Amino acid sequence: MIGRHRHLIGLEGLSREELLQVLDLAASMKEVLSRPVKKVPSLRGKTVVNLFFESSTRTRSSFEIAAKVLSADAVNWTSSGSSVSKGETLLDTARNLEAMRPDVLVVRHAASGAPNLLARHVGCAVVSAGDGAHEHPTQGLLDCFTLRERLGTLEGRTVAIVGDISHSRVARSDLHAMTRLGAQVRLCGPPTMIPMGVEALGATVHHELRSAVEGADAVVMLRIQHERIGDPLIPNTREYSKYWGLNARKAAEWLKPSAVVLHPGPINRGVELSSDVADGPHSVILDQVQNGVAVRMAVLYLLAGGAPEGARAEKA
Amino acid sequence: MNAEAVGRAVRRIAREVLERAKAAGAEQSLAFVGIRRGGVHLAERLRDEIGRAVGAVPPMGTLDIALYRDDLSQRGVAPVVGPTDIRFKLEGRVVVLADDVLYTGRTVRAALDELVDFGRPRQVWLAVLVDRGGRELPIAADFAGARLEVPEDEDVQVRWQEEGAAEDAVVVHARRKP
Repeated sequence: MIGRHRHLIGLEGLSREELLQVLDLAASMKEVLSRPVKKVPSLRGKTVVNLFFESSTRTRSSFEIAAKVLSADAVNWTSSGSSVSKGETLLDTARNLEAMRPDVLVVRHAASGAPNLLARHVGCAVVSAGDGAHEHPTQGLLDCFTLRERLGTLEGRTVAIVGDISHSRVARSDLHAMTRLGAQVRLCGPPTMIPMGVEALGATVHHELRSAVEGADAVVMLRIQHERIGDPLIPNTREYSKYWGLNARKAAEWLKPSAVVLHPGPINRGVELSSDVADGPHSVILDQVQNGVAVRMAVLYLLAGGAPEGARAEKA
Repeated sequence: MNAEAVGRAVRRIAREVLERAKAAGAEQSLAFVGIRRGGVHLAERLRDEIGRAVGAVPPMGTLDIALYRDDLSQRGVAPVVGPTDIRFKLEGRVVVLADDVLYTGRTVRAALDELVDFGRPRQVWLAVLVDRGGRELPIAADFAGARLEVPEDEDVQVRWQEEGAAEDAVVVHARRKP
């Protein structure tokens, strides 16, 4: 249980206390990763199934390592080469997996809402590993964890999120969690990539990179997806990079010296981020990857740890 | 037990640990590990007492056993996990594992499992402020400040100044309904 929640579908519904519960626990989990024996027995006998309908090496491996460090058994299902490519429906796949009695189902799907649908039909805990343009909750948590580690707190800090906000599940999870934790969020990108009315979620909108990143404590550079390029949203990568990409010259002129730069990966080097920034002093990108394992350990521990019946009885 | 009795008990445990360490030629290889949270204060005080006696402060660490519990799937809500911090090598050390109250022995079992994942100490000794009986596992304290027979429906609580108590005390009271 994360606070009142049996599943982790998104960060939108989580309270400040619930977010901090996961982030504080993740700090203890990170310490486990630095031990000589990187394994604790807390989820012995539990099974975590990774159900990935979209390819993702980083997120899947991160969940797999997190499960294994906690001594859970991790089973990976990818859509290619499975019964999905033979035409099985999402619910049938899930019901079949459920018959194998997993404790946690980690789902990545191209359709927004797929994890939510599964949560309503299976008995085990469901964790979203990213669904369509909806949310990527563990990415949002690991970004917040990394910022807390670097900035001490998110309260009163300014975070700029730059890129294709409309299609980014990372932007949405970051926005929900960061504003809930007290940060000011600035969204920046080409007008074609900023959803109408997004200010209602508590963010300010910028169309120029400079005004978005100047004075910010952190900058999250989103990945520009190749399929959007050449599409009317942006004409080409050169133009995108010129106006919304971050390079060392812009970073030196506009960023606070202490500002940190995040990226959810994989990076399009030279498009949204130049190599001298990705590998430079502002970058905390590799910290994010390590923190991702700690955050996912915390999520798996909270959702697989307690007995669901007991927890329900207590709440009743 | 009042503050004076707690102080006396801690000093007596320190004296006994030191005597046994001397007999084993291990005064210089002592180390202290406190089981969070109450055991940490006992470990700190023992380390300070013994540090003064031998003229060098032995290393000290803390263990949080939440990830090693054996009742995780029986509990409704997963327990809070605090920091574990052992920054010295355990190899060759005589580790004094400290906890405030010894009851079923399950916490000590978990602490031993966790400890050996950090290394292979030469010996592990168990020091507790209060041994209240009621063991469910074959575990015994090497050093105990007090041995009490406390009925199953009562709790033993150690109040430490370090945790904001006006003064140290050991109190026995009826168990609160969960």
